[in-house]
Formats: sequence, structure tokens, C-alpha cells
Amino acid sequence: MAGVTAATAHRRRAHGASASRPWGVAPTALLLLGAIYCLFPVFWVLIAATKSPGELFSTSTLSFGTGFFDNVAELFAYRDGVFWLWAANTLIYAGGGALLSTAVSAVSGYALAKYRFPGRNAIFNLLIGGILVPAVVLAIPQYLLFSEIGLADSHWAVLLPQILHPYGIYLARVYAAAAIPDSLLEAGRIDGAGEWHLMSRVALPLMVPGMVTIFLFQFVAIWNNFLLPFIMLGDDGKFPLTVGLYTLLAAGANQPALYNLILTGALLSIVPLIALFLTMQRYWKTDLSSGAVK
Amino acid sequence: MRTNRLGAALAVALTVTCMSGALVSCGSDEPAESPEAAPATAAPQGPAKLTYWTWAPNMDKIVKVWNDANPDIQVTVSKQAGGDDAAAKYLTAAKAGNPPDLVQAEYQHLPSFIAADAVADLKTETAPIKGEFSEGLWNLVTLGTDAVYGIPQDSGPMMLFYRKDLFDKHGIEVPETWQEYAEAARTVRKKDPKAYLGTFSSKDPGAFTGLAQQAGAQWWSISGESWKVDVADEPTRKVADYWGGLVKEDAIDDVPYFTPEWNKALNDGRLLTWPSAVWAPGVLSSNAPKAKGKWAVAPLPQWNAGENFSGFWGGSSTAVSARTPHKAAAAKFATWLNTDPKAIDLLVKEAAIYPATTKAQSALGEAPEYFSNQPDFWQQAAAVSAGARGFTFGPNVGVTYNAFKDGFDKALQDGTPFSAAVQAMQDATVADMRKSGFQIAS
Repeated sequence: MAGVTAATAHRRRAHGASASRPWGVAPTALLLLGAIYCLFPVFWVLIAATKSPGELFSTSTLSFGTGFFDNVAELFAYRDGVFWLWAANTLIYAGGGALLSTAVSAVSGYALAKYRFPGRNAIFNLLIGGILVPAVVLAIPQYLLFSEIGLADSHWAVLLPQILHPYGIYLARVYAAAAIPDSLLEAGRIDGAGEWHLMSRVALPLMVPGMVTIFLFQFVAIWNNFLLPFIMLGDDGKFPLTVGLYTLLAAGANQPALYNLILTGALLSIVPLIALFLTMQRYWKTDLSSGAVK
Repeated sequence: MRTNRLGAALAVALTVTCMSGALVSCGSDEPAESPEAAPATAAPQGPAKLTYWTWAPNMDKIVKVWNDANPDIQVTVSKQAGGDDAAAKYLTAAKAGNPPDLVQAEYQHLPSFIAADAVADLKTETAPIKGEFSEGLWNLVTLGTDAVYGIPQDSGPMMLFYRKDLFDKHGIEVPETWQEYAEAARTVRKKDPKAYLGTFSSKDPGAFTGLAQQAGAQWWSISGESWKVDVADEPTRKVADYWGGLVKEDAIDDVPYFTPEWNKALNDGRLLTWPSAVWAPGVLSSNAPKAKGKWAVAPLPQWNAGENFSGFWGGSSTAVSARTPHKAAAAKFATWLNTDPKAIDLLVKEAAIYPATTKAQSALGEAPEYFSNQPDFWQQAAAVSAGARGFTFGPNVGVTYNAFKDGFDKALQDGTPFSAAVQAMQDATVADMRKSGFQIAS
């Protein structure tokens, strides 16, 4: 990492000297730097995952190794393919959690934006306060509560706490306030549509781009979540990828960490995220533009 | 960094939750919990189903052998992450009331489990097997009391691993005392400015603890109802100042163990020794596979010529949860796992551990493949093991270990004396024990 920051600083200095004339290049250059900063670690994982255990610490950092397929085969064979089980668990937690969370956020955001009722501001302020509380702080109290009702060490213990997502509700409220004209709802009411009908047929379709954003946020957050499942789950058959791969890393003082498997596992576990973003992004853009046309 | 801090974070958060009130019962509210535990004890019908948290590799294969032979005691292995985080997780689960029936407990964390009433006393169950272990190891699971809180599984007596080929190349003799080790370190710097004889790791309190034990440190002891804490005792300060001096004059490196830089230095032949434990061959063969056959092993250098002392780095026991409704069954399984010749054989072959029973230690035959040039590897290990001395661990080793990392990181960064870091460990340990309500004798 030190190498990267040094290189970044160097570039910045070099850039500062020549930047006085074409100002238009500056933002692009800055964004490029940001992109390098963000993509370099991914690139490093990609390279490191191709190295066999012997090459990992002996060959140059940026040269590809020869062991990628061996690593993948070894990872899939590790403990009779437990990697797939962890991957399926992650998909359940992230997919299910993000879907439920998006549904809850959309409905609550819509209600908070478009209805006047007593306590509306109190609820909203409480939610804003909820954004300020990091999820990490809540993990242990949640664990003790789930133990109390006998749900600790179950899939629900990881799914349920992630469904209510204050930031998602906040986003949904902001989006609903901007994307759904009051006059449209008024018109619907005059035409005799019920509230349920208004929400499902008029409001929610208009909110789809916002919902996609919330879904993506939550999906990535749950996919990467470590502490909550680490505390909640004791049964290694219910682990998501993050906690599962961690058992390979912290293998105990007297056991070597299985670096090559961890790196390969980390690389494979971000593939679905990248795929999701690439497909959802298209959907996201078309909806933004289709919503813009009045 | 996150993983290092995690244990501490868990422990802190847990304390806060417990103190902050009666939201959920945790800690010592035992009576409130007993009604639900009672019916379970009364009706153990059908096979006893036990869960077992461990991080030993291939433990599921070993347990399968047991399950096939004992249909009425079925054990399910749940493979956990190892180390300090595992201990914090077990404590959290125990306080919340749903711990596993059996748990792998590192010796240094066992006292914290005992202090939290999280492990059962196995005194009667283990009476017949007591003689199978050396007194030093047995003390680690009894803390010098009458009770027995776990069955020793593996042990990590420390030895000096060195690059035989490079020692020959530079004409260095294997150091027998720490003074000779320091001389050798200076020689290496002269002969090859890129290489170091060794490194001091500020991230591995376990290694430092072992070296302090070798020097005769006694960090904790129990006298009656109160604890005596002496982390900054004379032997420990001697060890700290020794390494601090070597680092300061750049005779040895300060790269922490198990980091990519360390791995690279091992691979490039820029690190000539590693004072480590008997399990080192596994780490070396995985992180520096090309150096196979170039390493050799010797006893740790001694503080006084002619002595034969060592310390422990690592090692764990199998403990039974205090809340399990199947205590007898769990103890039976733990006994089998750690004393049955067939089980130990599997532990050595499948889980690559150094067994705790004296008989099994001397029965180990073929040297690890990585050390095939040293056929007497296990005989050396057994000899070292006989001279290894440990000490009673306290109930808050996690705090002491975190203070080690903070203190020594800072000492390395600022170039301050290591003995100040040792004093900081002592202060942090005492302060935390006072806060938790332990009586401390001064």
C-alpha cells in the first residue's frame, strides 16, 4: 500500500507542475487517480489469486503466477466444497436481506413523504438518528436479544437485523418526495383509486430507480458484512463467505493461514457483485431517463 | 488491524452491555437461567448430540471416527476462526446462554473462561488420565487449583529454527546462549547487510510470552482469594531490554511475523532464524516451500550457559461448557480425543498438532517432511518439551496481549525502551482486573 500512496503523491506533484494551462484535464486526471486508487487493490487480488503458494511471497507483486486453476480446484475441494455452501448462504443473506429491506424502505419512505400523520417527524428524526448509530455497535446487543428469543445461530439472526435500514428509508423518502408529484396522487384519488392501488400502481413504479439504488446499497453492505454474522452464527454450515474465509485466515497460532485459498476465495466472491452492478446499472440508467420524460 | 482489534471490541462491548442493565440476563445471573437447563438435564433421551467449536484442520474427519464407534454420543464439529477472536466469541456465546458443548481453549484463554463460569470442572472425569500429561501442562488446565477445566490437546514448546545453509555460508555457530545469539546477529549484519539473524515481532504477544517464560517470568499467580500480577517482573524486563537493544542497534529486524514482508524475507533468505514453537514446520512449509531442507532446529539459546529451559507458544485444551446438559458424554469424548492412541495418531496426521501426552510426544517417529534433513526432529522436540516451563495465565490475557501490541508498536515507532512497554502491559492488566472486580495482592 505504501507503494501506491507514494506513487499517487508523486503523480499529484508532477501534475501540479503542468496543470496551469489545461484546466479541463484536471477533473479527469483526478477521477483517473481515484479510479486507480480504487481498482488497484482489486487488480492486486486478481494477480495474487493466480499465484501458487510457492510463488505468492517469492515472485514480484505485479507478475502473474501459474497456479490459478490449482487454487480454484483446491478451494472447491476444501472441506468437501464448503465454499459453495458459504456462497449460497451469502446469496440468501444478501439477496433476501436486500429485497426485504428495499420493500420495507420503499413503503416507509413513501408513507413518510406523502402522508401527513401525527408523529411523522418524530419517526423521521428517530430514523435519522438511527443512521448515526453504526451497525457494529448494535451487533452485540442484537446477539443477546436474539439469544433471548432463541433465534441466535439461525439464518434469521443474520437476515432480520438487516431488514430495517434507516439510510434506505431516508433515501426512499427523499426519492419519493422528488419523483412522485402530489398532483398525480390527487388525480388518482379523484379517479377513485384506493390508497393501496395508488401505492402499488402509481407510486412504486415511479420509485423504481431509487429502489434499485437501495437494493444495491443493501446487497453490497450485507455481502460484505462481517461482524454481525461472526457474532450471530456458531454453526459453520450457516456462515457467509466473509466469516467462512476468515476461518481460513485465522487458522490458529499453530496452523499456517491458507493464503492462496483466501485470495482465490476473495476474488471469486466479488465476481457476483461486479456482475450485479454491471447488469443493474443498465437498468438503473434507463429508468432514470424514462422517469425524466414528462 | 480489524481482526486484531476485534477481540478487544467484542470484550468491551460485552462488558458495556452487561453493565448497562437488565435488558438481557448475562454474566452471573445463573439462577435465572437454570429452569430451562434443568429439564434438559433430566431427559437426555436418545443419542447425546454435542457441538464442538474448534479450528484444528480436518477435525471433522477425526470426529467421524468417534461418531461411527459411538452411536449414542454424536459430535458435530463447527470449524471456527482461531485465536483471540475465538475466545471472545465463546465468552459472548456463553454469557448469552448458548455456547457449544465443547470448545477448543487455548491455555492463555482458559482462565478467562473460568472467571466467567463458562467451563465445567472435570475433576472426577479426568482423574484416570492425569498421569498422561507432564505436570507443567496439567497446571495450565488446573491453574494450580484442585479443579480441572480442560484436557490438554496440544502444546507448543519453543525452539530455535535456523537456516543451516546460510549459517554454514557465513561461518556462524548455532548460538547456545542469548549472548551468542546477539553476537551472531551482529556478524550477520556485517557479512550480509541485507540480511538479519532474526526479527522482533510487536504483533505476536504469544511469542514474547514464551520467551519470558523461558527466562523464568511468572506473570500471574493465585494466593488464596487474590491474584498477584507481575507482568513487569525482572525476567520479563530482561527479555524486553535484550530485544530492544538489538532492534535499536539494528542487529535484528522489526518486521512482524506472519506478514507478507516476513514471508518474503523468509523466501529470499533474508531472515536466518526464527525462535518459534514446535509447530513451525507447518508454517514454514506453507509460506516458504522452496527453502525445504535448508532449515534445521536447535534448542532455544539459554540465558545462562548449560541450562535447558524453554517456554510455550500456543497450545490448547478441550474444555466442556458449564451449561452443557451432557457433561459426562462431553468429557468422555474429550478424553478419547486427547488420550486414545488412535485419536492422537489422527490428530498428529490430520490436524498437524504436537500432542500433549508425554507418551505420544516420545512416540513421534518420522520428522516433518520439510525437515527431512533432520531425522531427530521429534527427539529434539521431546527433549526441549521436558525443559519447557509455563506460568499460570490470568483472567484477562486478552487485555495484556493488546497492551503488548500497543506498547511495543509504539516503542518500535518512537525508539523508546522496551521495558516501558512491559510496564504499560502490567498497568493495563492490573487496571482491567481491578475494574472487573478481582482482588489484587500488592
